[in-house]
Amino acid sequence: MFEPILRLAPFLAALPGLAAHAADHQVRQHDKRFEPPQLRAKVGDVVHFLNDDPFYHNIYSLSETQPFDLGSYPQGESRPLKLERPGVIEVECALHPRMRMTIVVEE
Amino acid sequence: MSPRILPAITLVASVAFAESGPPPWSERYDLPPPMPIPEGNEPTPARIELGRALFLFFDPRLSGPDWISCASCHNPALGWSDGLPVAFGTRPGEPPRATPTLFNVGYATVLMWDGRRRDLEHEALTSRNFEVADVVRRVAAIEGYAPLFEAAYPGEGITRQTIAKAIAAFERSIVSHDTPFDRWQRGEADAVSAAAKRGFALFRGKANCDACHHGYNFTDDGFHNIGLITPERFPQDPGRGKWVPIASQAGAFRTPTLREIGRTAPYMHNGIYATLEEVVEHYDRGGDVHPPRHPNIRPLGLTDREKADLLAFLHSLTTPDHEPFSLPNLPR
Ligand code: HEC
Ligand code: HEC
Ligand SMILES: [Cu+2]
Repeated sequence: MFEPILRLAPFLAALPGLAAHAADHQVRQHDKRFEPPQLRAKVGDVVHFLNDDPFYHNIYSLSETQPFDLGSYPQGESRPLKLERPGVIEVECALHPRMRMTIVVEE
Repeated sequence: MSPRILPAITLVASVAFAESGPPPWSERYDLPPPMPIPEGNEPTPARIELGRALFLFFDPRLSGPDWISCASCHNPALGWSDGLPVAFGTRPGEPPRATPTLFNVGYATVLMWDGRRRDLEHEALTSRNFEVADVVRRVAAIEGYAPLFEAAYPGEGITRQTIAKAIAAFERSIVSHDTPFDRWQRGEADAVSAAAKRGFALFRGKANCDACHHGYNFTDDGFHNIGLITPERFPQDPGRGKWVPIASQAGAFRTPTLREIGRTAPYMHNGIYATLEEVVEHYDRGGDVHPPRHPNIRPLGLTDREKADLLAFLHSLTTPDHEPFSLPNLPR
């Protein structure tokens, strides 16, 4: 009914024709994991990293595609990352090295 | 894209995750998490016996400079550490660091203060004791080893790999699981004092220690700068920042386990604190100047009684009467 449509929303947005504009995606940090662990997005899209754990996370990447450091922030806070180049971005948390995800950025 | 979608996605996701069931391992204090064991090195008694220094681990004949064994630094009588602020024999150019305890090291998913190693097999192979090129020849030269290797790793022979595997299997057997705290968690109401119980509540509450030291092994396997001063005689140690050059990781070190903490003084990567009292004072004053600090390190405003309670709790993580450790007869 309602929920599946919402879940599909970011994927629909990625379909050609439907997405003339940049899309927003959300990646949640919960139980020291990224949700979802993999994301496909397009150049110009914005990924919002929401901390949903009762302690700090520090999202960063050293990947060649787009190195970045969002700094440390607490539960309830979300910080944005604008995708600038096509390629693969390996995202990690500096405080919890088991936390990893990848973003595949397409033209 | 419509911004309205974002909150809706959050809602769906929260519902999907709010399922009931046991808390994740990282949150549990009453049961050990599964120990990660690499394929091909399941810890059989023969492997533990071989590795149990008994033979290799404590065998000074196998280490680089002839008189050093692993146990010269990881001494079972000193909480599998060395009782020193930093290990002896730091190589030139390397920052001096404290010898970590090996208690529950088998549960660790990152090794070393700066996380530069991930598995025990690899760690053993690269440890300074094994820099000697002829380590395999030296082991093979001692006749008594051949049957022990054959029993532990049939058909695999005496190689750098089997040596490292045996040591790792032994290390995984060094566990702390029967402290007063454990007995209390398993339901023995009188196993710890009322002060220790209040201390545990503070640990998870006002003092917020479990933001980093959480779960069965009291660690998030993460890296944080807790605002320690570097003693003047030491060079600055970049810690995790050497591998992950971003702001929060400068001077960040791995959260150590707190198991058997009463046996492993002095404390911290640079051994700066001789007692647990000093450690509690450090956290109570919110650390010393060495930014960037972790945001959870801030003045706590603990009363004297609260500090005493926290200390009582920390001491409940130490097994009172450790089984005496028997030294092996080395093969000849
Ligand atoms: C001269 C003292 C010394 C000797 C000898 C020594 N170690 Fe260590 N060990 C250390 C120090 C210091 C560290 C931490 C180094 C760092 O983090 O940079 C360490 C770290 C370790 C770790 C990682 C522990 C953790 O919690 O991350 C393991 C495992 C280990 N040693 C095993 C061994 C084995 C096996 C041997 C013998 C083959 C050995 N060590 C010999 C001093 C020593
Ligand atoms: C921000 C994360 C964090 C918080 C919060 C925290 N710790 Fe730590 N703790 C660490 C790290 C990281 C180290 C190692 C620091 C170093 O050596 O540079 C450490 C070291 C220690 C040590 C020394 C262990 C050893 O083997 O040397 C003790 C004891 C300790 N903490 C107890 C506590 C207590 C008690 C509290 C609460 C008052 C607390 N910690 C709060 C991260 C934290
Ligand atoms: Cu994290």
